[in-house]
Amino acid sequence: MHDVSAHAAHHTPPQGFLRKYVFSVDHKVIGKQYYGLGLLAVMIGMALSWLMRIHLVWPNFAIPGLQWLSSAGAPGGVITPEYYLQLMTMHGTLMVFFVLTNVPFAGFGNFFLPIQIGAEDMAFPRFNMMSFWVTFVGFCVLVAAFFVGDGPPLSGWTAYAPLSALPGTGPGQAMGQTLWAISIAVFCIGQLLGSLNFITTTLDLRTKGMTLMRMPLCTWAWFITSCIGLLAFAVLLPACILLILDRVAGTSFFVPSNLVVSDQLVNHSGGSPLLWQHLFWFFGHPEVYIAILPAAGIVSHILVNSYRRPLLSHKAIIYCMMGIGFLSYMVWGHHMFLSGMNPFSALVFSFPTLVITIPATILVLIWIGSLYGSNLQINSASLFALGFISMFVSGGVSGFFLAQPAIDVYLHGTYFVVGHFHMVMGVAAIFGMFAGTYFWAPKMFGRMMNETLGKIHFWGTFVGTYCIFMPFHYLGLVGNVRRYSAFVDDYLAPLMPVHRFITIAALATGAVQLIFVYNLAYSRFKGKPAPENPWQGTSLEWATSSPPPWDNFGGKLPVVYHDPYQYGIEGSSGDYVMQNSPEQIQTAREDKKLI
Amino acid sequence: MKKPNLYRVIGTLSAVLILAFVVTKSQRSVRAAPPPEGGIAGTVKLEGTAPHQRPIDMSKEPACAAVHKANPVTTENVVAGADGGLKNVVVYISEGWSGSPEAATSTPTWDQKGCQYIPHVMGLDVNQHFKVTNSDPTSHNIHPMPKPGGPNHEWNKSQPSGAPPIDAVWGSEEVAIHVKCNIHPWMSGYMVVVKGPYGVSDDSGSFKIENVPPGNYTLTAWQETLGTQTQKITLAAGKPSTASFTFKAK
Amino acid sequence: MGKLVAVTLILIAIGSAIPILAHIWVPPADISTHGYQIDEQMSDTMVEAGICFLAAQIILAVFIWMFSDRKPGTKINAFPGGAKGLVIGAFLLVGTEVLALGFFGTKAWATIYFTPPAADAMSIQVQAGQFAFYFRYPGPDGKFGPLHPEKINEANQNIFGLDVDNDPASKDDIVTAEMGVPVNKEVRLLMHAKDVGHSFYVRELRIQQDFVPGLDLQLHFTATKVGRYEIVCTQLCGLGHYNMKAYLNVMSQPDYDAWIKQQATMQ
Repeated sequence: MHDVSAHAAHHTPPQGFLRKYVFSVDHKVIGKQYYGLGLLAVMIGMALSWLMRIHLVWPNFAIPGLQWLSSAGAPGGVITPEYYLQLMTMHGTLMVFFVLTNVPFAGFGNFFLPIQIGAEDMAFPRFNMMSFWVTFVGFCVLVAAFFVGDGPPLSGWTAYAPLSALPGTGPGQAMGQTLWAISIAVFCIGQLLGSLNFITTTLDLRTKGMTLMRMPLCTWAWFITSCIGLLAFAVLLPACILLILDRVAGTSFFVPSNLVVSDQLVNHSGGSPLLWQHLFWFFGHPEVYIAILPAAGIVSHILVNSYRRPLLSHKAIIYCMMGIGFLSYMVWGHHMFLSGMNPFSALVFSFPTLVITIPATILVLIWIGSLYGSNLQINSASLFALGFISMFVSGGVSGFFLAQPAIDVYLHGTYFVVGHFHMVMGVAAIFGMFAGTYFWAPKMFGRMMNETLGKIHFWGTFVGTYCIFMPFHYLGLVGNVRRYSAFVDDYLAPLMPVHRFITIAALATGAVQLIFVYNLAYSRFKGKPAPENPWQGTSLEWATSSPPPWDNFGGKLPVVYHDPYQYGIEGSSGDYVMQNSPEQIQTAREDKKLI
Repeated sequence: MKKPNLYRVIGTLSAVLILAFVVTKSQRSVRAAPPPEGGIAGTVKLEGTAPHQRPIDMSKEPACAAVHKANPVTTENVVAGADGGLKNVVVYISEGWSGSPEAATSTPTWDQKGCQYIPHVMGLDVNQHFKVTNSDPTSHNIHPMPKPGGPNHEWNKSQPSGAPPIDAVWGSEEVAIHVKCNIHPWMSGYMVVVKGPYGVSDDSGSFKIENVPPGNYTLTAWQETLGTQTQKITLAAGKPSTASFTFKAK
Repeated sequence: MGKLVAVTLILIAIGSAIPILAHIWVPPADISTHGYQIDEQMSDTMVEAGICFLAAQIILAVFIWMFSDRKPGTKINAFPGGAKGLVIGAFLLVGTEVLALGFFGTKAWATIYFTPPAADAMSIQVQAGQFAFYFRYPGPDGKFGPLHPEKINEANQNIFGLDVDNDPASKDDIVTAEMGVPVNKEVRLLMHAKDVGHSFYVRELRIQQDFVPGLDLQLHFTATKVGRYEIVCTQLCGLGHYNMKAYLNVMSQPDYDAWIKQQATMQ
């Protein structure tokens, strides 16, 4: 791979408010826009989860004001069974798409990928701007579903057909479901544009001396994620289009014949609900790795900085992330063990699902192993990064159970599954985002965040999320079914105390997040001005001002002499060597004795 | 000629007036006996044996199953009494009604009790408000299904236990709108929306239509499985009218 | 602060493990013939997952304790063996472990899905529709009459869409709202959906299977203990999903015979 950089399309500094802050082609502004959109989505998504948890344990509680959002869904403020499912669908959709895909990948990736490889901007700045605004349109279409007709769809973020394909199957399944499908299709387009940009930029725009192996781990994560995303979203987009056609154009891709809904024979034939499941999960499983890999990359990047020594093996992390990305395409059927597809295929899908444990374990072992003998620095960012490791392990081990079809016979559709994916996506990935925020806010905004508030935020979130999600696994072991708006079955009554504990933990942990939002907002404007390299980091983002100038490096692109993560060096002028430092020091990587 | 005695004249006139008043008043009280003035009454009968009504097993909803443990319920598509009286038949004026749609003052209640609709069949005027209530410990969902593409719109609302009544109204005539509960598939009822006055037959098959001005009308009787029957009727002023219908069991 | 993190992490790890070790929340007692294999598989996996979980969290905590807040100037070291040992260790230990779990788990799966039911297993048909399960028994002629979806009429309790007048095989079919089975008798369950996707889950029987519209799917099981159990829907099917259930009554053979006779009179 050559390391001679091509040049991003030259553009002059932006003039005027709109060009600078709204319709900007500057990847830094676009990265912040994605981050802001993700922040808005996560707050809405979190509020939805509070409504859900309150309804589950206090079903007759009237939420003041909710009746104005939906008089049919929440008459007098009391949530109806369908409205619970509608809130749940929007919670999942917002969180998976507009938070977990947006922030660690599009948000941080857009801001830092070009800088970390020493480029002025992305390869296609205008495509980049388009990708954000397309995503924003998708967001608006999705939120519009709250305000139409019967409200948002109730079929879950997974939108299984025929429930999602037939308008008559429930409230919200008419206009709301169509808006959902359009929103997701539009989102796919935004992501495809983004992925193209990331891949081209990474391959073509690396500065002199920046070989692929010298890229920081988060850059690698963004690169691998964009490759995964290109294939995954390319399948979800046509799936959504087919769904829309079934709903409005009379086609029957997903709807078989002889169905009776609302006492009427449905006028469709020849379709297969399993086709939707295959298309959705072929996207859906790589999607969850799209959600976690950037966070893993960001955490690796931050951990090295906190350890003040290189990771035990830079290459192993890269190859493991690649391995996870590759394997992620071979396992989608583990969501469909009980779906009625050929039972032999369950074993075929189970095998690579179990094998994915291996690269994931290697990642964890390297993170923990590199901590040995290090000089761990504790700050808000490193606390969340360490918390990520703990959460990744907790979420990962429940995967051992779900990967085996025979065990899935008992645990499928229970809170065990919900606990598993919330631990990895809803907690670990979010920890990665928090770690990234505390680490990179000084660079993005030129101001330091408040460390004390950050530490309080960590403690509340770390303990709180364990209190919320660990009990989910216990509920699953008893067989507590998921996606229930109320617990009326005989065997569920004794579990209500556990649910109450979870709800209270969720509300408390949610309240703690307000500290983070306050810290972010306050620091943005009133935080201490940040130096160029507040964390003594080695990668190229720390070789420019905080925040960077419009062309990242002031017209003079850096030249790279070293591998990233040259920490713990003997004989250097600090305990680290920056990538673009011309110091001809025997660095730790190059010194075979240290590794 | 002798001059008329004024006092005698006034006395006689008063006596005549009082007598007329008494006679008229007693006549009115005679007419107050049913059927009422300006009304139509009658019976609906079933000829033949009612089709077998299947018992309903509500075991999936233990709270409702417990309510009916002593008296099991059955489907209600044809409910006939021992003497052949047919219940739940809606009799209404299908032709000849020229008055503005009756400004219905009452707000009937459609209740969900013991996982059944009470009443099973409800008559309504166009734009007459009605209330849906849930008297059960479980949530229900009310799903009226008017004709697809017709002027009345389908709706589907959940009503948790103890929730406030739902106020609803139909804007157009429709005979009849089937109502079901998706959560409890055996629940079934009908709302018959008409213009003008109507009556619904009771356990003995008797019905009453009140507040009908004199005139020529066509009456229609509707039963959910046995279809409709019509009859012409003339209502004379001051005279009550009767009309009876007989449905043949299929 | 590093030491505080370490202690908290250990407390959380042990705290999470206690409910598992104390068997506070566990699956209900197994009443099936194949379930013991699933239960064994779950126990084995719990042990392995538990060891991995505790080891990782505790070692992470110990390292945080040891290597945070160090005196300035302390020399940094590498983990003995470096990455090589860890990578090879991961491949060997974890790889063998997960593959073993997968391999031995196939037996339980095969018992459910690759073993056909005995020829004399009794057939029960179950239809899942928003929001109830209904069951059909073939009656004395042992044959299920054909289904006519256009004839489905829940108000008249014609749940399956039978045409009793014109299909002789349907005349003696028995449709019930509860599933009754004799104890220790193998049952062949014939599953189809009326409208959207649903799922059939009986925790005690250790079976679960989706209903997919357009597909006729089968499941078989043998219940070994008399009792009343809940069948619940586990596939999101609409607003009534939470209330979609039916009761499974496992009865002695004489009780079952009386029950099916009584149900026949309610057709």
